This record gives sequence, structure tokens and C-alpha cells, in this order.
Amino acid sequence: MVIEPRGNISRGVQMAIPVIAALVALGLAALPLGFAGAPILEAYKQMFIGVFGSVFSFTEMLTRATPLIFTGLAAALAFKARLWNIGAEGQLYLGAMGAVAVGTGLIDGPAVLMIPLVMIAGAAAGAAGMLGPAILKTRFGADEVVTSLLLNFIILIFVQMMLEGPLKDPMSMGWPQSEPILDNAALPQLIPRMRIHAGLIVALVAAVIAQIALTKTTWGFKIRAVGENAAAARHAGINANRTLLGVACISGALAGLAGVSEVAGLKGYLTTDLSPGYGYSGIVVAMLAGLSPMGVVIAALYVASVFVGADSMSRAMGVSSFLADLVVSMSLISVLVGGFFARYRIRFAGKAGAGR
Amino acid sequence: MDMLQIFLNESFWVASLRIATPLIFGVLGALLCERAGVLNLGIEGIFVVGAMVGWMSVYAGAPLWLGVIAAAAAGGLFGLFHAILTVPLGLSQHVSGLGITLFATSAASFLYRTILPDVSSPPRITAFQPMDVPFLSDIPFLGPVVFQQTALTWLALIMVGVVWWVINRTPLGVALQAVGDNPDAVNAQGLSVYKLRIGAVMAGSALMALGGAFLTMSAFDAFFFGMVNGRGWICIALVIFASWRPGKALLGALLFGMFDAFQVRLQTEAGAVVPSQIFLMAPYVLSIIALVIVARKAEYPRALLHPWFKGHR
Repeated sequence: MVIEPRGNISRGVQMAIPVIAALVALGLAALPLGFAGAPILEAYKQMFIGVFGSVFSFTEMLTRATPLIFTGLAAALAFKARLWNIGAEGQLYLGAMGAVAVGTGLIDGPAVLMIPLVMIAGAAAGAAGMLGPAILKTRFGADEVVTSLLLNFIILIFVQMMLEGPLKDPMSMGWPQSEPILDNAALPQLIPRMRIHAGLIVALVAAVIAQIALTKTTWGFKIRAVGENAAAARHAGINANRTLLGVACISGALAGLAGVSEVAGLKGYLTTDLSPGYGYSGIVVAMLAGLSPMGVVIAALYVASVFVGADSMSRAMGVSSFLADLVVSMSLISVLVGGFFARYRIRFAGKAGAGR
Repeated sequence: MDMLQIFLNESFWVASLRIATPLIFGVLGALLCERAGVLNLGIEGIFVVGAMVGWMSVYAGAPLWLGVIAAAAAGGLFGLFHAILTVPLGLSQHVSGLGITLFATSAASFLYRTILPDVSSPPRITAFQPMDVPFLSDIPFLGPVVFQQTALTWLALIMVGVVWWVINRTPLGVALQAVGDNPDAVNAQGLSVYKLRIGAVMAGSALMALGGAFLTMSAFDAFFFGMVNGRGWICIALVIFASWRPGKALLGALLFGMFDAFQVRLQTEAGAVVPSQIFLMAPYVLSIIALVIVARKAEYPRALLHPWFKGHR
């Protein structure tokens, strides 16, 4: 058996891979559905209705996609520079804490002032959350995979501590939650009586900016150069460490904005269950998107559809909503394998030194 | 506050060894994979699978040891999955590992929820009990600390010796180290790089699953969502701290267990002054510190993260 590279991969094939991977993962969901004893076609129908059945359910999906666009962008930019930021979950909570710290009464002003302020605070907190592991990497050579992962746990415990201490809402009857975000600091709703909020607009703008920055600026070129070959990039006069620290800040800031968007756009206050793992799902989103920022938007819509659809199906049919996590994780593995088959062909040849 | 008293208390040492046990399994498992050149970030999910499968087997009526075997087999299966993706296909070990963790965690959680849909409080099994070795357990101090642990702690200690022996004293171990340093040389010797790497990842993953099984079958007697709580990631940090050596892996896990047991006891004494969360953060902070200390000197297996394709040069 010999594995050979295929040469150039057409853009069409490149775009088709994640679509096929997503469909394969959705198809494979039939196995756990069958195991759970659910009528399979009916379950798929319920999932579809759960997303596209009404205007409300569709806006719910968009609401769910909003933090995923942010965390997906965070992962995509970092991975592009081959900086393994697996800490988006923690950075999301840091961003939410930053938003709560300034947006619950510390300062007050008109919305035009408060909303940018809350976003800047959250983005800065998130950026700090990834700058730490990046410095440990560039200064001490400590693997950022491990440090950013472990930071997720540290930050979540820190949030608990803050919610029982300085950030605790004295009116919350003992529940560990923060004071509510002021009305002036909250992201406005987009449609009356729906939960969809302006965070989605911010996320889309961020995706467009990221796309332009990555493909059309020297900064984007440096990121790609460092990611493809750090040694060569250094040789070409690019300060690889500074580029990595810069990407770390932007990546952390984007993940922080996911937290701002959830807390100031959706929930209104901070609790320790703000995120059901958006940081980790963001990695799947980024990989499905082939690390392209505009692709992140589409991939986030898909992952959000799986979550919202499976939740709705779960309520209707009593199948565990862990099905959604299964489909999302299988999508990641499928797109990884799909990428392989696009890049290589496997030839089953005789023994006579094939491929040499 | 009498800190010395803590160290003199045998219950402290019993707890240290108990806390260290899943980490010993996990670090040994990660060590086997990485020595062969494959980073296995599936570890966190494989812990969950081991915890769930071991517990569920016993809950379904299997004897305890059959549950242990089932957990190891399930871990090996997920290891095979990771190995196929990363060894012959040569895909990103980072992404594949994270994918395995997400997949294994959700699969275990889905199975648990599907088999036991309506349980509000987690059902319990009769877990491994501390062994009572006649005579030896009666030795003052050493008796309770070493001889009143459960059989799985013993298995972990035995596995340290087994892994050390295989790596340092057998031809297989020589081949295993070579495949993580210089796969071309292994291939030139006529050995299969693929088989060695796949085998090492499967064996390592089986060990990781035993770490999970210890949680539900010895430390506790039930399965909870989120019970692994980063232990797998801590092992990935500890294996670097241990310079990929079984003896140092044991030492690292024990130091970690001691620290954790110490902070729990300190917490009861200092709890009034310091928020309890500071102590909860300690294990993760400690892992990061340990990693930073050794990072510059760490000699990674040279072919770690590098896929190797037959017929390519």
C-alpha cells in the first residue's frame, strides 16, 4: 500500500470536503439514534423542524451560532499561525467577566459609550488569557496546548470565586451569579420577542475583517508564513515571536468577545454555566471551515443547527441531547479524514518497490 | 497551624497514593504513545470512556476485574482509532487527538444517558475495597499506606515496573524508542513502523482508560459527567515533567498526589482566611509551573508529531 500526494487540489474539491464531512457525520448519527431505539427518519425530521420549522427556531439557531463564530475565528486565526489555542473556553469566560466588571454599574453612560466599553473590556480580558500561554511558549518553550487547556480549568474556578466574591449579585438570593448588565451596556435585540441580538452583527463584521486581514495585509501574510514554516519566516526577517504574540492577543480577544456577546446580548448576567463548551466547539468550527474566516461563519451555522436541532429532537423524542456533541465531534474527525483523501491517493501496488 | 503534623499522619500518605493512581496510569499511557512518536490528546476522552465502560460493566453484573478489562479494551479501541488517523494516514496529531477526546466524551455520555435515562442520583456499584494483606497491613505506618490501597493502585504500581521493563530491557522496547526517535532506522531494520506505533498507541490508550476506571471503580463508586475534570491534560503536562521515563512518571504523579492531599488538608485549616477556590486551582497551576520549569530542557522524542510514510524519504 502506497500513499502518494495528488498534486494540486482544486478549489471545488476543497470546498466540497467539509460539506461531505458534515453530511457523513449527520448520516452516522443514525447509529446512535438506532441504538437509542428512536425511529430514525422521524428523528431527522424533528431535527430539521427544530431549526427550520419556524422563524423563532431559525433565530434561535442564529443566536447559538453567534458565540461559535467568535470562538471559531479565535481558533482559525491561531491555528493558521500554528499556535494551538485550545483555551478559547477560558478566554470566553474572561471576556464575560471583563464585560460584567465594567458593565454592571462601575461606570454609567449612554449606550454609544457603554457598549464599546464593555466590548473592549471583554476583548482585553480574553486577549490577556491567551497572551499568557503565548509568552510561556515564546519565553520558556512551554507547550501552549497544555497551558491553554489547563488555564480553562483555572479560569472557570476563578469565575466561581469571583461570583462568590467581588462580582456576586447581593440580590441573587445566594445564587452565585453576577449583577445584571446595565440596559445601556446590553447589546440590542435584533427582532422583537426573539432572543437574537446584535452580537451576531459584531461576529459577522469580525469575520469579514479577519478574512481581509488574513488574505490582503502583510500581517496576514506574516501569520501564514509563520504557520507554514516558522524557521523560514524567521530567515526572511519576520519576527516570529512577535507575530505569535500578536495572533495570541487577537485570538484571545475574539474568544473574549464570545463571552461579551453571551453575557451582554443573551443572558444579561454571568454564571458558571454561561458556555456549554463553545470554546471547544469553536475548534470544530475552525477545522470545518478549513481555517478560513468566512468559512467559519458557515461552519458555525452548521454546528449551531446540529445543537439546536438535536435539542429540539431530544425534547420531542426523549433521545439524549448528547447526540449533538456526537455529531459535532464526528464532523471534526470526518473533515480531517476528508482532507487526507483530497491531498493523497492510496494505491494498492505490488511489492516491487512501488513509489520509490 | 501545624503543617508538620500533616506529613506525619498516615492518612495523608494514603490519600497521596490514591490521588496519584489515575495519574500514574495516565502518564504511563501518554509516555508509551509519545515514546513511539505519537502525541495522544485523546487522553481526556479516553479517561471518560474508561470510567464509563468499567463502571457500566460492573453495574450490568460483570465482576470487577472483567470491568477493568472492558475499560482497557474500550480504551485500546479508541487508541486504535487515533492511531489509524495519525500513523498510516499521518493526520495532525493535535486535531485528531482533540477529535478523539470530543468523540469519546460524547459517546460515553450518550451511552450512559441512553442506558440509564431516568436516573437522578447516579447509581452505585460495589467498588474495589482496600486490600487487607495479612501481617503486612499491620506494619505501623507503612502497612496502611502501602498495603491498604485497592487492587487498582497496586496494578498501577506494577504497571510502572512493567512499562519500565519493556522499554529498557526488551528488544520491543528498543524498537519502540527507535520508532519515536528515528523511524527510518526502524524501517531499515525491517521492522514495521506502522505496527509499532499503532501497538504503542493502543497499549498506551488502554492504560489511560484504566486511569478512568480507577475513578469510578475505586476512588468513587459511581459515574458523573465531568468527573475526569482535566486529569488527562494534567498527565500530558506530567509526562514532559517526567522526561518520558516510567520511574520519573511515578515520582511526578506521587509528588502531584502529595501536593493535592496537602492542599486539601491545608484547606480545612486555612479555609476561613483563603477562598477554597484557590486550593481547587492549585493542581492546574502546579502542572503549568512544572511544565514551565522543565520546558527548556525537555528532550522530546525526536520524531514526536512527525508522521512517517512508507516509501517516502
